[in-house]
Amino acid sequence: MVNDLVRIVTQAFSARRRQRFLSMAAASFAVVLFVAACAVSQEDLQQADSGAAGSTSSNDSSITVYTALEDDQISGYLESFQTQNPDITVNIVRDSTGIITAKLLAEANNPQADVVWGTAASSLLVAEEKGLLEPYAPAGVEAVNPRFRDDANPPTWVGIDVWMSAFCVNTVESEKLGLPIPKGWADLVNPVYKGHIVMSNPASSGTGFLSVSSILQNSPTEAEGWAYLDQLHANIAQYMHSGSRPCKAAGAGEFPIGISFDYRAVSQKNEGEPIQPVFPVEGSGWDVEANALIKKAEIKDAAKTFLDWAISPDVMAKYAESFSITSVKTDVPLPEGFIADPEAQLAENDLRWAAANRDRILEEWTKRYDAKSEPKT
Amino acid sequence: MTPTTPTAPRPLRVDRTKAIDTEAWIMRVLLTLGAIWLLVGVVLPLIPMIGRSFRDNNGEWVGLGNYLRYLTTPSLVQSFTNSLAVALTTTLLACGLGFVYAYALTRTAMPGKQIFRTLGLLSLYIPPLAVAIGLIFLFGNQGLVTTGLFGSLPELNINLYGFNGIVLGEFLYCFPQAVIILMTALNLTDARLYEAAEVLGASPIKTFFTVTLPSVKYGLISAIFVCFILAFTDFGVPKVVGGNFNVLATDIYKQVIGQQNFAMGATISVFLLVPSVLAFVIDRIVQRRQTALVSAKSVPLQPKPNPTLDRIMFAFCTLVVGFAIAVFATIILASLVRVWPYDLSLSLKNYDFGSVGGGGYRAYWNSIRMSLYTAIFGTIIVFTGAYLVEKGRGLKWLRSAKYFLSTIPLALPGLVLGLSYVFFFNNPIWRIPFTGMAIYNPFKGLYGTMALLVIVNIIHFYTVCFLTATTALKQIDPEFEAVSASMAVPFYKTFWRVTVPLSLPAILEIGIYFFVNAMVTISAIIFLYPANLPLAAVAIVNMDDAGDISAAAAMSTLIVATSLGVRLLYSWLTRGMRARSEAWLSR
Repeated sequence: MVNDLVRIVTQAFSARRRQRFLSMAAASFAVVLFVAACAVSQEDLQQADSGAAGSTSSNDSSITVYTALEDDQISGYLESFQTQNPDITVNIVRDSTGIITAKLLAEANNPQADVVWGTAASSLLVAEEKGLLEPYAPAGVEAVNPRFRDDANPPTWVGIDVWMSAFCVNTVESEKLGLPIPKGWADLVNPVYKGHIVMSNPASSGTGFLSVSSILQNSPTEAEGWAYLDQLHANIAQYMHSGSRPCKAAGAGEFPIGISFDYRAVSQKNEGEPIQPVFPVEGSGWDVEANALIKKAEIKDAAKTFLDWAISPDVMAKYAESFSITSVKTDVPLPEGFIADPEAQLAENDLRWAAANRDRILEEWTKRYDAKSEPKT
Repeated sequence: MTPTTPTAPRPLRVDRTKAIDTEAWIMRVLLTLGAIWLLVGVVLPLIPMIGRSFRDNNGEWVGLGNYLRYLTTPSLVQSFTNSLAVALTTTLLACGLGFVYAYALTRTAMPGKQIFRTLGLLSLYIPPLAVAIGLIFLFGNQGLVTTGLFGSLPELNINLYGFNGIVLGEFLYCFPQAVIILMTALNLTDARLYEAAEVLGASPIKTFFTVTLPSVKYGLISAIFVCFILAFTDFGVPKVVGGNFNVLATDIYKQVIGQQNFAMGATISVFLLVPSVLAFVIDRIVQRRQTALVSAKSVPLQPKPNPTLDRIMFAFCTLVVGFAIAVFATIILASLVRVWPYDLSLSLKNYDFGSVGGGGYRAYWNSIRMSLYTAIFGTIIVFTGAYLVEKGRGLKWLRSAKYFLSTIPLALPGLVLGLSYVFFFNNPIWRIPFTGMAIYNPFKGLYGTMALLVIVNIIHFYTVCFLTATTALKQIDPEFEAVSASMAVPFYKTFWRVTVPLSLPAILEIGIYFFVNAMVTISAIIFLYPANLPLAAVAIVNMDDAGDISAAAAMSTLIVATSLGVRLLYSWLTRGMRARSEAWLSR
């Protein structure tokens, strides 16, 4: 009797079936355990839904800073911060404006940065719209030119310097081709320049968008602005995927004229390239490089210390060595190669209007000009 | 195995069953671990990515809205046809020339094969951005070729910017990959077939079409598939030399980097996946019919000298290698001159990365460290994975699923992979779709570490390595496993004592492939690299962005020199080892 039972049970659970049963059991157990261990508390879920609410301060002394400032300048700027705050470790992530902004937005669920430093205000407006920034008034914000900061109080972003559109004209190649040096936007539509001008694609570069948006804002009507862009388009050889590349192409003689920005043009000239920076007579489109605090559950005091420092007089003096306009006036003489009265050079520009209309402008621009896909011959 | 019966078991038999039991369990655990690895590395990160293509930028559900918008924008549809044109032309060129090159290396008695083998892969070691810099300096409006060495030779303008430039760049990128696959295929042959053809009086041309081509047709299809997908999805080359010729990969760049429109970026990524997945499915269907080409009785082919053919092939290989060398030499030149093309005096100052950003030598060492980890762990994971799929027993459905998952990464562009990883790994809480449930992300700690960089690299380059490992394993006669099993030697001992030593050449090849690719890759890494880990390939992008083209060229030169050095060191150190492990092939 007992033997029979044993035999039946043994057969039922013959080695093969027993194995299969055991593996299924083990697998289900593992899954249950995994889900149970990872189940989220309601509190956390709500917090995740409402964004990082209820931020707290912390004394952690290591901060991560995202920046689009030029790589070679950063270490020079940071010197004074490190002497003033030797106990704070600063980790810098430097990349182009587009990548920094994309990183900020992609990491929205779990922000990695504590601070954004020197990144286009037009990009920070996108981050602000997504609720990623925490308003903060850094010490000394009163000294900042109101044109170059968020007008809310406390401000979401505070500018440090201004960059503006400028033409990089290669004098050697222009002479070879018999091209006159253009003085402003109006000259660029002259048919002699056909196929000799490159500019940044506004759909992939902030600098490109800057030029397009300022042309639209400073034309009597937007329709006339588009009409001008149509004419300009006839002369453009290439729309490039970066703000500095048109100037670099001009510097290397690939194309005689690149529509780029002031700092690029001046620094390439200073490095010995045959570049003449041209500031258009009609005025330049411009944007502000600005700082902001990232909204996250734990906002570090060190991050605020960094933002206070980033608009302090001694670092402003450093910015002024490479930029013609800083958000706080300094007595540093204008760096070589820039226009004498840079602030007067700035065209009318409403950053908020540009941000609000960006999608519409880019869609229209793409429809008009980007479909031209055949290579120039 | 028959199950043990309760009546009178002999002790020996019980022991063996137990041994096989544990062995089967080890096999299962390993297979499951491998499947989890592929699930977490490949499939799960794609879910939030694809999910985004059905939502607008504010996370509202829009169904197929993004797809409709895409299909009704003429410029975007144009990009799709442009991408197809580029990919098809590149595939034709790379596989055509790659075939002749691989043929010369395996089937002729041309001199200098060892050198051509190394140099044929040269362009694999050059970072894509550096390739573009080299092409501009050669064929751009002020290029050495365009101006005929500044007027001393006839001018030749190939209209670099646009279709021509992209195809040229993609060709350099795809050619070595085609050569690797085709060389493996051409190596596997049975000399007896050629002897038979000769005895039957077939002309060499007829032999080529009736024996050679059919025997490599699967390798050829694989090469076509790999080249097509690589050329279709790459964005580094079109970004720099594409001019106004839009392709899908630059469209993703414009949406994601230029406009931070992730929803549209995700939508275009899905479009990018479609032809890749299609090509993949076709490849799978064709490959299913493949049977073992080499049996235990095969005789390896020893190419006979044929002076005319050998000379033609030598000239051809010199020409192809010459092109890659010209591009590399231009990069070296660019790293040495002061202001191209106006002040051509030479200086070494660009190799002191102190005055430029990007992390300089620290980035360089980080890259080496990352590539080394990728090579070591990648090789171990890929090879054991391929072994379990190819030679494992039981759980057939799991093994087929793993095979399928192992081939998917090839269809994923780096940019898509990198973004998917951000969305997936940097999210503290996962919501399980359609259930309203949510769990904590157990892998959150990986974000922003070297480990995640290594993982994304391994996954990014998984497929080609996996296919190489599978090919190598197929060469080993299954009788080894059969004999081991009948002698009750556990599979892991056979693996360690027989399989690994026999496959050593392939294993070393995989390690090198991982290393050189991790050194130059940008697209997947650029979103993932953390603040404290600057990397050399990213530094090149940053330096180029900042206008320091010479410094970017200098860093590229360092990377190429390192990869070449590692390759040479590797073949020198393992010469004896390879000779021993390859001996069985040439008997």
